[in-house]
Amino acid sequence: MKKAFPILGLLTAALLSYALYQALVVAPTEQTMGDVQRIFYYHVPSAWTAFLLFFINFLASIQYLVRRDQKTDTIANWVVIALGVLVCIAPYAFRTLLPAGVYPSSVVTTGIVFVGLYFLIKRLFSEQQTDMLALTTAEVGVVFCTVVLVTGPLWARPVWGIWWTWDVRLTSTLVLWLIYVSYLVLRRFSSSGQTPVLAAALAVFGALDVPLVYFSIWFFRTQHPQPVVGGGGSIDPRMLRVLLINWVAFLCFAFLVCWSRYRLERTKREVEETQALEALLEPRSALR
Amino acid sequence: MSFLYAAYAATWTIHIVYLITVVRRYSRLKKEVDELNKKI
Repeated sequence: MKKAFPILGLLTAALLSYALYQALVVAPTEQTMGDVQRIFYYHVPSAWTAFLLFFINFLASIQYLVRRDQKTDTIANWVVIALGVLVCIAPYAFRTLLPAGVYPSSVVTTGIVFVGLYFLIKRLFSEQQTDMLALTTAEVGVVFCTVVLVTGPLWARPVWGIWWTWDVRLTSTLVLWLIYVSYLVLRRFSSSGQTPVLAAALAVFGALDVPLVYFSIWFFRTQHPQPVVGGGGSIDPRMLRVLLINWVAFLCFAFLVCWSRYRLERTKREVEETQALEALLEPRSALR
Repeated sequence: MSFLYAAYAATWTIHIVYLITVVRRYSRLKKEVDELNKKI
């Protein structure tokens, strides 16, 4: 695994460079906004990556909470399976209730990803490791969310004439960022043994803001543009291709950063355990 | 164009600053591991 990291690092660097070239040179210039529209290729993939990381944080936090008790864990497994089945059936049964432009197949795919990721995390990570995964994804997610909050106003100023407006999409994104910053502050400064439990509970409720951010432009009249991907909007296929290349590049980058951060956290906990053990043994050696 | 370059530069500045903090935390941790190894 140690050898795979530099190879993946080089591949990701190459992919990010290629994605940057595609965004700045190959993608067609948008007619109304001009070149400034190219911010889209960093703004949108960063937002999607942040949402995905917060979603993994949500699943890892749930697992950390439910795996503390065998019975709760079993109930949670069945609830997740039931939710997955419901999400696969409901979009076709209540097609008319879906917002315009949202395809039932997209909702079903989201449901399958939700169930798949839940059980994948359960299989790959132990209870303590889910806590480390939650912390890692929250931290990297906040970094990507910060990129969204910085590139957004830089795009808005030349296009809307303002840096910021308190509409639902922008405000809910800021609230999302604040929730996860508070999560990290809690993890950093609380020394209580219950900190991981409190943080996991905060993360579960914090994640509820993610669908609100995502669907706000469907349900509310906002200054933010309507979705051009998966929301009934139209996008030039060449632009879509560049957008997806940039997203894949950012996903690879996020994976590598999460991996490094996870290893750092694991080593940190091992050191803390060793230090605690040493502190316990020291008085005995002094008595001898 | 200046807004475009500012957005791209800001993105990479944020990522690089975060990576630097991770590297610094890692070096601090490595020192602690070395000290522990010496003690043991």
